[in-house]
Amino acid sequence: MSLTQSARPTPTLFNVSADNWRLAIVVALVVSIIAGIVLPAAVSFWLIGAMVALVAASFVVNAYRRRYYGGLLVAPAIAVLFVMNIFPLLWSLGLSFFAYQSNQQSIRFVGLNNYIKVLTNEIAAPDNWHALSNTALFVVLTVSAQMIVGFLLAMLFAKQFPLRKYLLILVLTPMMLSVVASGVFFTYYYDPTFGILSYVVNDATDGQFILMSSKAGAVAGIVFADAWMWSPFVMLLVLAGLVSVPKYLYEAAAIDRVSAWRRFWSITFPYIRGLLMLALLFRTIEAFKLADLVILLTKGGNDTMTISYHLIRIANEQNKTSEGAALSYVMLFMVIVLTNLYLYLANRRNKGG
Amino acid sequence: MASGVSFWERIGFRSGGGVGDAGWGRTLGVAIVSLIYFLPVLFIIFTAFKPQELALSVPPTLSPTSFFGLIPDQFVFSPTLENFGSVFSRVMTAGGAPEATGFDRFFFNSIVIATVSVLLALVLGTLASYGFSRYPLKGNDTYLFIILTTRMLPAIVVVIPIILMFRAVGLAGSYTGIILLYTAFNLAFTIWMMKSFFDELSTDVEDAARIDGSSETKVFLKICLPQVVAGLAATFVFGLILTWNEFLFALLLTGPDTRTVPVAMNQAVASGGRGTDWTLLAAIETLFLIPVFLVTFFLQDHLLRGVTFGTVKK
Repeated sequence: MSLTQSARPTPTLFNVSADNWRLAIVVALVVSIIAGIVLPAAVSFWLIGAMVALVAASFVVNAYRRRYYGGLLVAPAIAVLFVMNIFPLLWSLGLSFFAYQSNQQSIRFVGLNNYIKVLTNEIAAPDNWHALSNTALFVVLTVSAQMIVGFLLAMLFAKQFPLRKYLLILVLTPMMLSVVASGVFFTYYYDPTFGILSYVVNDATDGQFILMSSKAGAVAGIVFADAWMWSPFVMLLVLAGLVSVPKYLYEAAAIDRVSAWRRFWSITFPYIRGLLMLALLFRTIEAFKLADLVILLTKGGNDTMTISYHLIRIANEQNKTSEGAALSYVMLFMVIVLTNLYLYLANRRNKGG
Repeated sequence: MASGVSFWERIGFRSGGGVGDAGWGRTLGVAIVSLIYFLPVLFIIFTAFKPQELALSVPPTLSPTSFFGLIPDQFVFSPTLENFGSVFSRVMTAGGAPEATGFDRFFFNSIVIATVSVLLALVLGTLASYGFSRYPLKGNDTYLFIILTTRMLPAIVVVIPIILMFRAVGLAGSYTGIILLYTAFNLAFTIWMMKSFFDELSTDVEDAARIDGSSETKVFLKICLPQVVAGLAATFVFGLILTWNEFLFALLLTGPDTRTVPVAMNQAVASGGRGTDWTLLAAIETLFLIPVFLVTFFLQDHLLRGVTFGTVKK
């Protein structure tokens, strides 16, 4: 578009001007490296921070002078994300190549050893792979349960009916509970002595029912609690899509006597596909991180250890910080592959259909 | 079967295809499902009104009233407000006088930290998503994917560098630190969500306004923003819910003055060595639920009716 074009020439590397971001990056890198080596950490931290600000300022000036509104709009968010998320991520990536324990002072470069250890070591690796396969099981079960329940709930609420507002908020409430409270209360519901579930089942069967006594029961208990809490999330996104379908499309379909099945696939589905994908994406990412409910409900017993909980044990309880970082990057790699697959499928469908 | 009266219509459910009005028949059906879905929450709320000694009774006590004889007497308890009082002050040591628990401060902290960080993320995220949507950069998708990546790693991995960083800079235990962290925590979701809303808007109106001489700022504020109010509301609610209940960062990065309710709740319930204090936990959670419940309830109209953002399709 002609509005975003400009005739101003790009400055060369050695041109000292406020919009020369290339020069700013070079200066920042040199100063940061020297400061990191020479000065104490507390001083160099602020100096490096100032260098980041310098680069950011040059980007902003550059974007403003050349009317790169995109860069200008995106810059503040990227700055916050960089300081609070990407920088710590890179730090822990660096940490994964060192031998470091958070309760000791010594630090030593070990290259890829941590990765080799978490993937092939005969003591550590089987636990990791096992926790990973459990996580895969939880991802498949919880995400599909949430998608199905969330979708069905959204279909229930898709039409306007009396009191809808008040009923909808009831369904949304589980999502608002603190996981500490809901997790602790699910241990009560499942409790073999005092719990409601056992009370009801024992009454019906005259036996002693203990849900958490087998792996299947423990997994079912965790999946049920997680799906109960997060199906409303899927429901809200799907519902947003369902409400946005123009009414006249259904009227046209009614005139043409289109079957309910066809009507769903050719009218409703295109409107909710994008939001379904978004729900699927975010729920899968969250399901990979499932740890709190497992900690509260089984403490990893009955073969329900997930990779995320395993990671908390390694990094926090056993203080093996750098091994934990290595394992989490293996995990990140898997999530990235999976996410890219989703995005690829979503884009291909968008272009094809 | 395309035009005939279906089974559902015959028993009172009107069918309009997808959008449209349904009658009280639908209300009844949905009410049953919703109430069953709500039962575990209702149990927590009722537990907050139970006398402490009935918390683990067998058979479980379920209701403060018998609902006109509907519920058998053995499941009914007489409600008390005692637990709500002990959220704010209670006897900490055996034989001592009641002490203030500081929960008024923790509630204040939770409200300030969650509100400020979600609003900040909403402002920064909306600007960024508008940029990503309208002025794509070179490698736009890559930037978006990197932003998404920040949500993929478990918090435990980034938390150690963040602790070291906060200690070095003096942000540990301060409001600024945790608010900035939560802002970043919410940005990924905000940007992805708001971008999908901006992408749905038709650019015809914007181009027309540009030709009429509107500035880029005016196009954004007067034309685009009013069309995505529903998206803003939905994103605000999701961000609030996630931040409100965040536990791990709050546990490791807040000090005694900035502690939030989920952390304090965990400590209050686990302390004392007498096992879980069920009625206290339920009382804290019930109080803690109220603000986020009200916000969701009042933004609900925007959340639903307003989400007709696809009306001017490309």
